[in-house]
Amino acid sequence: MSTPVIRAENIVKKYDDFVAVDGISFDVARGESFGLLGPNGAGKSTTMKMIAAVSTRTSGNLEVLGMDPNTDGPAIRSQLGVVPQEDNLDQELRVRENLITYGRFFGMSHAAVAKRADELLEFAQLTDRAKSKVEPLSGGMKRRLTIARSLMNDPQMLLLDEPTTGLDPQARHILWDRLFRLKEQGTTLVLTTHYMDEAEQLSDRIVVVDKGAIMAEGSPAQLIRQYSSKEVLEVRYGSDKNESVSKSIADVGERQEILPDRILIYSDNGERDLAEITKRGHHPTTSLVRRSSLEDVFLRLTGRSLVE
Amino acid sequence: MTSVADIKADAENTRRWGWWYVAELRLREMRGYVSYVVTSSFANPLMYLLALGIGLANLIPEGIDGVPFLVFVAPALLMSTILTVGAEEGMYPVLSGFKWHKIFFAIHSTPITPGQIVGGFLVHLTIRFTFTAGVFFGFLILFGAVPFASGWVMIPISILGAFSILTPLGAFAARLEDDTGQFALIQRLVVMPMFLFSGTFFPLSRVPDWLEWVGWASPLWHATQLGRTVSYGATEPIWLSVTHLAVLVGYALIGGHFMHRAFATRLTR
Repeated sequence: MSTPVIRAENIVKKYDDFVAVDGISFDVARGESFGLLGPNGAGKSTTMKMIAAVSTRTSGNLEVLGMDPNTDGPAIRSQLGVVPQEDNLDQELRVRENLITYGRFFGMSHAAVAKRADELLEFAQLTDRAKSKVEPLSGGMKRRLTIARSLMNDPQMLLLDEPTTGLDPQARHILWDRLFRLKEQGTTLVLTTHYMDEAEQLSDRIVVVDKGAIMAEGSPAQLIRQYSSKEVLEVRYGSDKNESVSKSIADVGERQEILPDRILIYSDNGERDLAEITKRGHHPTTSLVRRSSLEDVFLRLTGRSLVE
Repeated sequence: MTSVADIKADAENTRRWGWWYVAELRLREMRGYVSYVVTSSFANPLMYLLALGIGLANLIPEGIDGVPFLVFVAPALLMSTILTVGAEEGMYPVLSGFKWHKIFFAIHSTPITPGQIVGGFLVHLTIRFTFTAGVFFGFLILFGAVPFASGWVMIPISILGAFSILTPLGAFAARLEDDTGQFALIQRLVVMPMFLFSGTFFPLSRVPDWLEWVGWASPLWHATQLGRTVSYGATEPIWLSVTHLAVLVGYALIGGHFMHRAFATRLTR
């Protein structure tokens, strides 16, 4: 493996008494697509800010592109593209102007920013909105513009903090498509998300973060293999009956999670287990057999759901 | 793969010119409200000079400080206009950059440093204040309110005066999490009294002793007195003129230091 583009060793971030990041360690290789998966408040965004050299860490070692973010912030930032959680586009400028002015911050010439802005408007499918104000754009368009802006300096690494939060499914898929193209071109992607499908779509490797600490690390498939079963059977009996029914079917499947609205039965054959439950006279109101997901991994690791 | 040394060398360009890139952004943003800047730059002096030059001046035919009332009050009008704009620019635009539009965070995600953001912000305002003060000065000449050629020196004095109030307010605004009426209070309890009790319409010596400290603490009084010296040659001891300059520079520099610190703290926390 070549020299990692990010090397984090036991990094800690404290705000007075509150520990936002509690000694996490990971490496990211060049060209890799790396995801930090965890619920809101897990410390993902704070970790991202430290990598982006805009938040100083309290302790631990952190190297980004071979430099220390605490001392070489401007040099590191010159090589990064950053898509923040909240859009911070310049509302007083037009769409294309947002790209042009941002490119100038990297010392690019007027001619270079104009050319790059037009290329990226094309990439972000915003060419026809080049002269529009930012405010009337849809949420998806604003995110695409923010991504286009982050690519102005042709970054070595793209940091995406919750890139599709708040977007409708169609807008998310368009965005994923654009990000997947970047991944194919070899751009290193680091993203935080609390959406398991997003983490699975875009990440080669994931760390699951909760309460400022890493709970598990691996590819989506590895994590599912290690922490969950092949299939999951979901059965619902009504919120007042789930608990009592679960006692009679406790021996079905490899493991069970009783949630307020449903029972999850982890199994290598969901259909077989559903038949067994029905044979015992417990007919669920609704049932579903699906493959295991990162949501199940998270539930197993923390006892909590990702989106709460 | 680009080496660390190459990356650092490339970042040098932005290190040198980062402040200008920020000023460039602010100037481009200003296109959106340029009509307001131009209209107010022309309307303000016109209204003041018509009201005071034709109106109030007629009630004081003997003038003040040995010169016609319009000549006496003209430097104060220029200074108070530019200082008021300075106070405005030090409040909402600063908080907005952190809280509503978050544009300072966007800029800081590039090689630009907090110091360069503050620098660019102030350079843009220097350009804006120069325009507004220049237009005002043109009207003063037209109305015959500035008798000496050296009166143009009032323009840089007014810009220094604007920064002497803008930077302390900018430092305050950059630390503010939300505006729950603080800016309105500052307007009413700081900016307005400064305008009324800083020897604007009459010499500070006419103000009751127990209120005179307002003038001494006020950047507006110091800027106005310097303006009167360069405009119609008002006489005062040299130590007092030096004090005026020192107070303005002191406010601007100390305010600038704390403004930079507040920006750096908020952008890197």
